[in-house]
Amino acid sequence: MPALDLVPIWTAILALGVFFYVALDGFDLGVGMLHNFAPDRSARELVMNSIAPIWDGNETWLVLGSVGLLAAFPVAFAIIIPAVYFPILLMLLALIFRGLAFEFRYRDAEHRTFWDHGFAAGSALAAFAQGVVLGSFIQGFQVEGRHFVGGSFDCFTPFSIFCGIALMFGYGLLGAGWLIIKTEGALQDWARALGRKCLIGTVLAIAVVSLWTPWTDPKIATRWFSWPHIAYLAPVPIITAALVLYAWRTLHNASEYGPFIAGLGLFVMSYIGIAISLWPMIVPGHFTLYQAAAAPSTQAFLLIGTLFLLPIILTYTAWSYWVFRGKVRADIGYHH
Amino acid sequence: MHLDPEFLSRIQFAWVIGWHILLPAFTIGLASFIAFLEGAYALTKRAVFLNLSQFWLRIFAVSFGMGVVTGIVMPFQFGTNWSRFSDVAGNIISPLLAYEGIMAFFLESTFLGVLLFGRKLVPPAMHFVAAVLVAGGTLLSAFWILATNSWMQTPAGYEMIDGRFFPKDWFEIVFSPSLPFRFMHTVSAFYVTTAFVVLGVGAYTVRRGQSPVEGRMMLRLAIWFLAIFVPIQAVLGDQHGLNTLEYQPAKLAAIEGLWDGGSGVPASIIAWPDQKEERNIAEIAIPKLGSLYLTHSWNGAVKGLKDFPADQRPPVVVVYFAFRIMVGIALLMLAMVACGLFLLWRRRLDDTAWYLKACQFTVCLGFVAVIAGWTTTEVGRQPWTIYGLMRTAESVSPSLTGANVLLSLLLYVVVYLIIFPTGIYTMLRFVWRGPAATEDDAPVVSGRPKSPIEALAPASATAETR
Repeated sequence: MPALDLVPIWTAILALGVFFYVALDGFDLGVGMLHNFAPDRSARELVMNSIAPIWDGNETWLVLGSVGLLAAFPVAFAIIIPAVYFPILLMLLALIFRGLAFEFRYRDAEHRTFWDHGFAAGSALAAFAQGVVLGSFIQGFQVEGRHFVGGSFDCFTPFSIFCGIALMFGYGLLGAGWLIIKTEGALQDWARALGRKCLIGTVLAIAVVSLWTPWTDPKIATRWFSWPHIAYLAPVPIITAALVLYAWRTLHNASEYGPFIAGLGLFVMSYIGIAISLWPMIVPGHFTLYQAAAAPSTQAFLLIGTLFLLPIILTYTAWSYWVFRGKVRADIGYHH
Repeated sequence: MHLDPEFLSRIQFAWVIGWHILLPAFTIGLASFIAFLEGAYALTKRAVFLNLSQFWLRIFAVSFGMGVVTGIVMPFQFGTNWSRFSDVAGNIISPLLAYEGIMAFFLESTFLGVLLFGRKLVPPAMHFVAAVLVAGGTLLSAFWILATNSWMQTPAGYEMIDGRFFPKDWFEIVFSPSLPFRFMHTVSAFYVTTAFVVLGVGAYTVRRGQSPVEGRMMLRLAIWFLAIFVPIQAVLGDQHGLNTLEYQPAKLAAIEGLWDGGSGVPASIIAWPDQKEERNIAEIAIPKLGSLYLTHSWNGAVKGLKDFPADQRPPVVVVYFAFRIMVGIALLMLAMVACGLFLLWRRRLDDTAWYLKACQFTVCLGFVAVIAGWTTTEVGRQPWTIYGLMRTAESVSPSLTGANVLLSLLLYVVVYLIIFPTGIYTMLRFVWRGPAATEDDAPVVSGRPKSPIEALAPASATAETR
């Protein structure tokens, strides 16, 4: 048995994996939702082309997230996933629709409008379903022993549905930020205008969730508002507020990378906020990270390959983004 | 009607994996074929290889996209519907699934972008490397998924603590006894499946006559490949069967429809196995032949189904007929390959209309055989998820009601019935359009046409006629 404590390492890797998924597929789901509002057909083509080469790479982080959870914390996987049976189902079906709308809209020209709507609706539904998963995860599940024992519809609560809508705005903000980087001229102005709307929605959502969770869960309230916690946790809301201001300003001036970076920053801060609220639980109220951890040998076996492969994956992910860098052009489209 | 969450979850798993497996069955072979074409083009600079690579890449992109999105569904099934299995076996199977994700999935998805969109953006050598990496990624993907499946079929290298599996020896877990046979038999099956698609598309292209060079090349590549791989596949299948005899005797007895074990057992050719009566109805069998091919001895001992308690036998009819469909298709494939080789030898391959038409019909053979083979192995290991150790009934998520699973199953059915026909139709359109045509199959000499006229008529122009 390895003497090294692998639980913190796996917590970090899993957190990184989930964050990469949220950041990467987040912006392309966002682009998918915004696509529906694009002013005309040629704009829609450019919007699609801006994510065409990268979306399926982004989506594979979802596999890493889910399988990583199974590998590092199997009991958490065995409790959480059945508890969010229907949101997961909706997310998967939406991702199927949306992924294939990409392939089919170019080739099945008679039904292009259908697939365009499928792309936008699939993106929106996937974002919503992920928000519901997040919301019900924060609220916790009904557990007996090592199993979820509640009903399959328990996860649909006012809070989780609110989180679903909130995440749609958040992904929309990331999507707008991405489009500002990848487009120019009138299309960029359009992305900026939508970005502003999404920012307002995102800020409201962050505010409501930040008040709603401590209001319903006294433990979370104590963690945030008792002295001296409130002092050293104060940077979290302060940095968040600064990021909101930065996002608002860069959405108005000529900055091309500002809105996207600010959007990512807001996701990082929200992520940290949730982690602070729930730490050290992986199944809130039932299993800590240590209690849910896989056998040390399992974590070690997978860690060897992961430590070797993750940097490679990150490198060639970065490389493929580099290959497709710059403004999206009409001529490097989806294999015409 | 009572809705059983376990039974419905099994149907749902069969539904989502049954459709999904068709895609790797095609893309794993196609990825290697494209890497071969890219390599051949890099070496010979013959336009036919470039045209074929571009043609198959378009089809590959569609099937790969469908494979990715239907593949993402799979790991979630372990959580949504089989959470008790995930809890009990998570320590063992999860790293195998995770290695599939980090090694293969990323390699494929990332370099696919370069392969599809990067021809103008990266140097030609890098493009070939991308093709090889995508192909390698698909093979690694198959390896890890089959390692997981093989461990569930023939578990090894574990210990039980408090009713859960813990790893003892990772090498034994990854290379469990059935893995080498399962991996080779499956990958070879996928290659054969793809080759039959290439054969059928080649035949169609030749018959239509729009890009004859490309069509003839596809026919020849496919026939030579199949002439080697169909016989190899039969040998690999036999080896896999021997492995099953050793480690999963109840499955093998169901495949053979063998109720009474013993020495010198017969080979059942065709019958209707009656699970309740424990006998075969209307059977045609050849005495002693079963022992011969199972043990390679006329009097070898083989266990029968009655040697196992009734609650440890798989549904015999399904396994029995699935196996016979697979073997029947193998025989049909051998006949097609033999005909093709004969016509090739007599230089009649390109103008024998009946054979070319037959090739078009045999496009689907490999897929049917893959489904039949998969049904044989998966239904054959019932009632176990982990063979001999964990029952399927003990694996299902405790929170699910029958109505829950019925609803999700119906939604999967609806969505798959929209996307699969659309996907198949989309790929068919590429086939109808055909590959770009080569006029003259000479190597392209550094892009300099022999006459100015040719420069004005690029080879790819014909591709746009449809």
